Amino acid sequence: MTKGERRNLRNGLLFVSPWILGLGFFILYPILSSLYHSFCDYSVLEPPVFIGLTNYVDLAKDGVFWISLWNTFFYAFFAIPFGQLIALTLALLLNTKVRGLSIYRTIFFLPSLVPIVAMAMLWMWIFNGQYGVLNYFLSLLGIKAPAWLMNVHWSKPALIIMSFWAIGYSMVIYLAGLQDVPVSLYESAEIDGANFLQKIRHVTVPMISPVILFNFIMGIIFAFQIFAGPYIMTPGPGGPARSTTFYTLYLFQTAFEDLRMGFASAMAWILFLIILSLTLLAIRASKNRVYYAGVR
Amino acid sequence: MNKRKSLARLIIHAVLVCGSVTFLFPLLWMISTSLKPIEQTMVMPPRWVPKAYYAVIDGERIPVKKLFQLDQPSLVVRATAGERKGEKLLVPAKDFSEGQAAIEVRVADRVERVRVPAEIVKEAGKGWWYVVQKFGKQYVAEKPKWDCKPEEEIESKVHPYFSNYKEALGYIPFFTYAKNTLVVSVLGVMGAVLANSIVAYGFSRIEWRGRNVFFILTLATMMIPFPVTMIPLFATFRRLHWIGTLKPLWVPAFFGHAFNIFLLRQFYLTIPRDLSDAARIDGCSEFAIFRRIILPLSTKALAVVALFHFIYAWNDFMGPLLYLTKQETFTLSLGLQFYQSQQGGSEWHYLMAASTVIVVPIVILFFFTQKTFIQGIATTGAKE
Repeated sequence: MTKGERRNLRNGLLFVSPWILGLGFFILYPILSSLYHSFCDYSVLEPPVFIGLTNYVDLAKDGVFWISLWNTFFYAFFAIPFGQLIALTLALLLNTKVRGLSIYRTIFFLPSLVPIVAMAMLWMWIFNGQYGVLNYFLSLLGIKAPAWLMNVHWSKPALIIMSFWAIGYSMVIYLAGLQDVPVSLYESAEIDGANFLQKIRHVTVPMISPVILFNFIMGIIFAFQIFAGPYIMTPGPGGPARSTTFYTLYLFQTAFEDLRMGFASAMAWILFLIILSLTLLAIRASKNRVYYAGVR
Repeated sequence: MNKRKSLARLIIHAVLVCGSVTFLFPLLWMISTSLKPIEQTMVMPPRWVPKAYYAVIDGERIPVKKLFQLDQPSLVVRATAGERKGEKLLVPAKDFSEGQAAIEVRVADRVERVRVPAEIVKEAGKGWWYVVQKFGKQYVAEKPKWDCKPEEEIESKVHPYFSNYKEALGYIPFFTYAKNTLVVSVLGVMGAVLANSIVAYGFSRIEWRGRNVFFILTLATMMIPFPVTMIPLFATFRRLHWIGTLKPLWVPAFFGHAFNIFLLRQFYLTIPRDLSDAARIDGCSEFAIFRRIILPLSTKALAVVALFHFIYAWNDFMGPLLYLTKQETFTLSLGLQFYQSQQGGSEWHYLMAASTVIVVPIVILFFFTQKTFIQGIATTGAKE
């Protein structure tokens, strides 16, 4: 190492030193400690006692664990693809050089700024079975609507519908991606006689495929950690007949209400592995379909 | 061709307008509900505009609330004998005959029908409103006057009940919550801007061995779900005696965050290298280059970090739920949820008023910083 290299190493480490501490204290130590706890009987009040794989075995036998897993997959399976479809559709419409773009964009983005607690209160009121405005609109269409959050079958769809309201971040990211697509590509497609839908399929989607992948991965990470909405909107052990006991909600309950921190740590690690494998799966599945236009 | 183009434009606008109405509606509904008296929140069909109603009862024009509509022709009668003598009663027309009204009386746990001698005061048609005197909050103990009125005899005025806001905020220690939220948000923003700007410099403007590996490791930490670190963090903060204080919510911001480091690094990379090299030749230290050259050029990117962190801290619910145990340390989000869970959740006018109060500052902030903000989000998706 030359003198300059050594100086750079010292300076570089000095500049990133707050983060080295942060990474250690708030991420690496907690991760390792959580991994160890997942093999322990641990209540936070007393030191952990190593019990091997017992927590994982208990998990496999725990009925609510499987329910929470099912609920979370159900939520993610509908909330992510349809939410992304709405976000992308809005972005495509806004990308047509439409007049009033910034006004529309503001309107579609605004709901994403609403704090989750306020959002939960608002949608509880909208979904209210007796005086809810949603059911009033549905009654105008002759639909006898369920009591949403109080109904075993409709509590999850209600939360999915609410998630569609807050797709603003995805939409803005899509819009930025769309604005980066060179106009010349559309022009040559037009010369070749491509219509609107063909242009979207063969020009737009391939060109913004990295952005789509990014939004899907973000969607997976967030959807699998859904917590505050169901925690506030369906109080008690997690909605009617456990229909909104989502994974993180159950984890929170076992950890901080039952003080079974070891069990909860095992759950957390399984969640980590699920998110990790789904992300890798998304990257792999898209390998031949994502087009990187090279270094910009 | 041109005709088809303008038709397409029209359709696009139509879809966007419909979408806008759908997206805005919940917010407008929140504000509308927040300005209604409670009885106007619980009506079907819902009313959009808060109103004040007046009617003449016993010769006097008084504020009233519409309680329900008669579902059959009825009579307002006055009892002429018995213990209810002089009392006004409402009976269905079919339950009145030969000067006697059949009314249902609750005796212990059963309901009995008794006949009361009475005289007819007025006939009320199907669809008339049963209206009751509306008091200001402080007089609820008084016995309200009531009557039955057809729609056209009830005077109505548009009247937003701004008092809901005062009352809702009076129920909760609002200013304590607001102060706590501001402490967490402002200290957090200071920490985030300070730490991330310095760390991002180390990741972009200085070449050192291991930098890229460390940077990828940093990015990878974004994948870690919060539940994984949640329990050990709780245990650590507990050992530090920070549980029940605001510290766990803002101190970590002073150590940087992968997302913000990434954001600022991307920005720093766009600043020409020559600027730093020239300064180095002039004998500037790295820190001087950072402070005198890079920071002044990065105000916009720093604003994005500040905005993101402020909104994150303002909106956060899970953090406060985990770490705050005493009501006097609650933030607005946790405080609102606490209030709602305490009172069972039927005072929708108050809940919507309190929700509006925590939404408005964020919306105002957004309107003033819209361009920076939107650009900031746009860059987050642009990693390759």
